[in-house]
Amino acid sequence: MLTFIDTVGEAVAGIKDGSTVMIGGFGNAGQPFELIDALLDSGATDLTVVNNNAGQGDQGLALLIKEGRVRKMICSFPRQSDSWHFDTKYKAGEIELELVPQGNLAERIRAAGAGIGGFFTPTGYGTMLAEGKHTRFLDGKWQVFETPIHADVALIKALKADGKGNLVYRKTARNFGPIMAAAAKHTIVQVSEIVPTGALDPENVVTPGIYVNSIVKVA
Amino acid sequence: MSIQTSTTPLGRDDLARLVARDIVPGSFVNLGIGQPTLVSNYLTEEQNITLHTENGMLGMGPEAKDDEIDGDLINAGKIPVTELPGASYFHHADSFAIMRGGHLDICVLGAFQVSATGDLANWHTGAPDAIPAVGGAMDLATGAKDVFVMMTLLTREGVSKLVEHCSYPLTGVGCVTRVYTDKAVFLIGPDGVTVRETFGCTFEELQAMVPVPLVPFDEKAAGAVVGV
Repeated sequence: MLTFIDTVGEAVAGIKDGSTVMIGGFGNAGQPFELIDALLDSGATDLTVVNNNAGQGDQGLALLIKEGRVRKMICSFPRQSDSWHFDTKYKAGEIELELVPQGNLAERIRAAGAGIGGFFTPTGYGTMLAEGKHTRFLDGKWQVFETPIHADVALIKALKADGKGNLVYRKTARNFGPIMAAAAKHTIVQVSEIVPTGALDPENVVTPGIYVNSIVKVA
Repeated sequence: MSIQTSTTPLGRDDLARLVARDIVPGSFVNLGIGQPTLVSNYLTEEQNITLHTENGMLGMGPEAKDDEIDGDLINAGKIPVTELPGASYFHHADSFAIMRGGHLDICVLGAFQVSATGDLANWHTGAPDAIPAVGGAMDLATGAKDVFVMMTLLTREGVSKLVEHCSYPLTGVGCVTRVYTDKAVFLIGPDGVTVRETFGCTFEELQAMVPVPLVPFDEKAAGAVVGV
């Protein structure tokens, strides 16, 4: 069921310790900072977080990691010039890392939302990221079996929502939003604007409201 | 006929200009972070190249300046960029389906090492204290129809990065088709490594630097022009 919620604090209140949380964004583009800050304030801990990166600078996901709330990161590119909070935790052995090639990350999230139990892909074949994984020779090439990534909650950022929860995004801030919305059991979206039902052209809806559970407008 | 086309090794910009010139008009191209990004400076309007960025866009324009800067419009290196007329946005699974589904004509990547059979190592030094980060490198290497590498031929210590077998962890197996370096352009195919042209050295001098058997490109024997 779709709910419109007044504050980010109420929106994330149900997230339990030990949850797997998908967080949208590529770098800072599309990262739902207000929802992440609220998650930090909620005290939820022992989280597994799925994101492309592992936080930048001193905001958003980086702070969640700094405060020790993240037990495990599933991501493709943790190491950046300003990923100092992740770097510190990783070197201290205080955070687990599952490193996933970015296309596998995206497709494994998509698979979860689409009810696919796994898939074969040539990406990663013959590399250390495919070690121990099932392989098959298909379609003229060696391929690696990959499994879906499910989540309890997704936190994503969109530009606008209508009264049915349909979403549109803005430029490259779209990135992981649509696939994470589908992959999580409960999807919480922060938007800049809520428009009346019917105000979005159905031809241009990117995420249909069926994937969305909670919407909160942020300034 | 000599295949030496320059009296000096090529600088980064000259190399980028050469790669740009070799990209077939109308191609869909992904340029990796770092040196490959320079290629975009030398693509001409007549070439009508469409640039893909893995974070969900085709039709990427040049780096954004001043009031063009928009935090929602960045490239794979997280640098603010611009959009060109005819650009499109899509989500991450679609963006990687573009790579993984074989729709990209060319990707240009940097490398630590390339092997004689086209194996690529460009994501991890394998050092025990290094934090690994792979991003989209494995998808690009495996998915694009042609994988071009841009790198200096030698390490700072003077060791060839074109090797018999990569000692660094692999990004992809048998995926590289062409290697552009400051000293030569190498074509990698089923028959081994062919040298298309050399810069600032003769073929024999080049062979002395590289621990892989090389063959000089012979246009007549090849029967067709490879590249431009």
